[in-house]
Amino acid sequence: MYAQGLLNASGAASADETPENLARFQARIDAEEKIEARDWMPAAYRKTLIRQISQHAHSEIIGMQPEGNWVTRAPSLRRKASLLAKVQDEGGHGLYLYAAAETLGITREEMQDQLLSGAAKYSSIFNYPTLTWADIGAIGWLVDGAAIMNQIPLCRCSYGPYARAMVRVCKEESFHQRQGYEIMTTLAEGAPEQKAMAQDALNRWWTPSVMMFGPPDTDSIHSDQSMQWKIKRFTNDALRQRFVDATVPQAEYLNLSVPAPDCKWNEATDHYDIGPLDWDDFWKVVKGGGPMNRQRIANRQKADADGAWVREAAIAYAEKHSRRMEAAE
Amino acid sequence: MTAANEGRARLPLWEVFIRPRNGLAHRHVGSVHAGDAEMALMAARDVYTRRGEGRSIWVALASAIAASDPDEKAEMFDPADDKSYRQPTDYNVPEEVGDM
Repeated sequence: MYAQGLLNASGAASADETPENLARFQARIDAEEKIEARDWMPAAYRKTLIRQISQHAHSEIIGMQPEGNWVTRAPSLRRKASLLAKVQDEGGHGLYLYAAAETLGITREEMQDQLLSGAAKYSSIFNYPTLTWADIGAIGWLVDGAAIMNQIPLCRCSYGPYARAMVRVCKEESFHQRQGYEIMTTLAEGAPEQKAMAQDALNRWWTPSVMMFGPPDTDSIHSDQSMQWKIKRFTNDALRQRFVDATVPQAEYLNLSVPAPDCKWNEATDHYDIGPLDWDDFWKVVKGGGPMNRQRIANRQKADADGAWVREAAIAYAEKHSRRMEAAE
Repeated sequence: MTAANEGRARLPLWEVFIRPRNGLAHRHVGSVHAGDAEMALMAARDVYTRRGEGRSIWVALASAIAASDPDEKAEMFDPADDKSYRQPTDYNVPEEVGDM
């Protein structure tokens, strides 16, 4: 759903990273050629992509939990079916992305181990709890909305397998955002209690959603290199502005107010002012101090341990079957 | 916790090809991990055809696919570029004759 801004990226250069090879590689990128899995690439490009794609995949998988929390309590059969389909999509997105990362030479098992040991990062938006049904509306509208803003440029990312995975993901995300906004519309037009619930969800999800684009450009360490490699096409702040400009009018349509008193239309800039953001809180959550960090990982660990016998049985069956086939020949 | 991961069963990688509809060729769409072909087909169906993207699925063990070496791209493909006589535009046909 969303690739967290890169937190550190350093790949040790290999011997063949001569100035000529590096220049030739950059020329391919500048000419908008796609880099494919077995093409030559600098070690740092590979490492940056492995980190970004695996963090993105982990975010999809962990992102199934806050919404899965409401599947059994969805208010109607239609809402339940669509939420279930959405959660299934997120699982699928995780799989496309793990597969894209695997083309760079890391195994899915290694990535899973990094997630389960807590070493890997994922989008910190999923470390907030889903307290009411309205949170499902707010997540679809805001969190998926922000993810789409981020992911559409990734469809043109210089790395072919990642770009192709993102095309599939983006096609599916638009249903996610629309189902979220429909939930918000229903609540906002409903009883006063429902409207209050919608406002409360917006109050809690607004700031974390605006922060999904990562730290301000002034603090985003690896942005320049990623832009040069065309892994990233727009800066964090540019995407954030685009999101706020698109979303504030959608909140106004619902007669809900964005919980940022300084977020107002600015005639001079022709954009909404975003207002101050508390980045200390963002970093606290990124570093594991969010309300749900521990539970999200504990749930994954349990699911992994509980499913181990299924994977083992599948392999044992495949081996037994191939032995029988051999014996029959 | 790592104890649970140690000895994690390694499911082989399968490449997935889907025919969007009859009349079109199967096209590579991605990959899945599965113990055997039957489970790979089931996983491919769930992962890649949730919205009517396909009418037929092929799965092939990734390890069974032989591929050309990108480092030998020049030797492999450049010779085709200087054989313009293989292109229809290399031949002059009088305009009066019309489309050919």
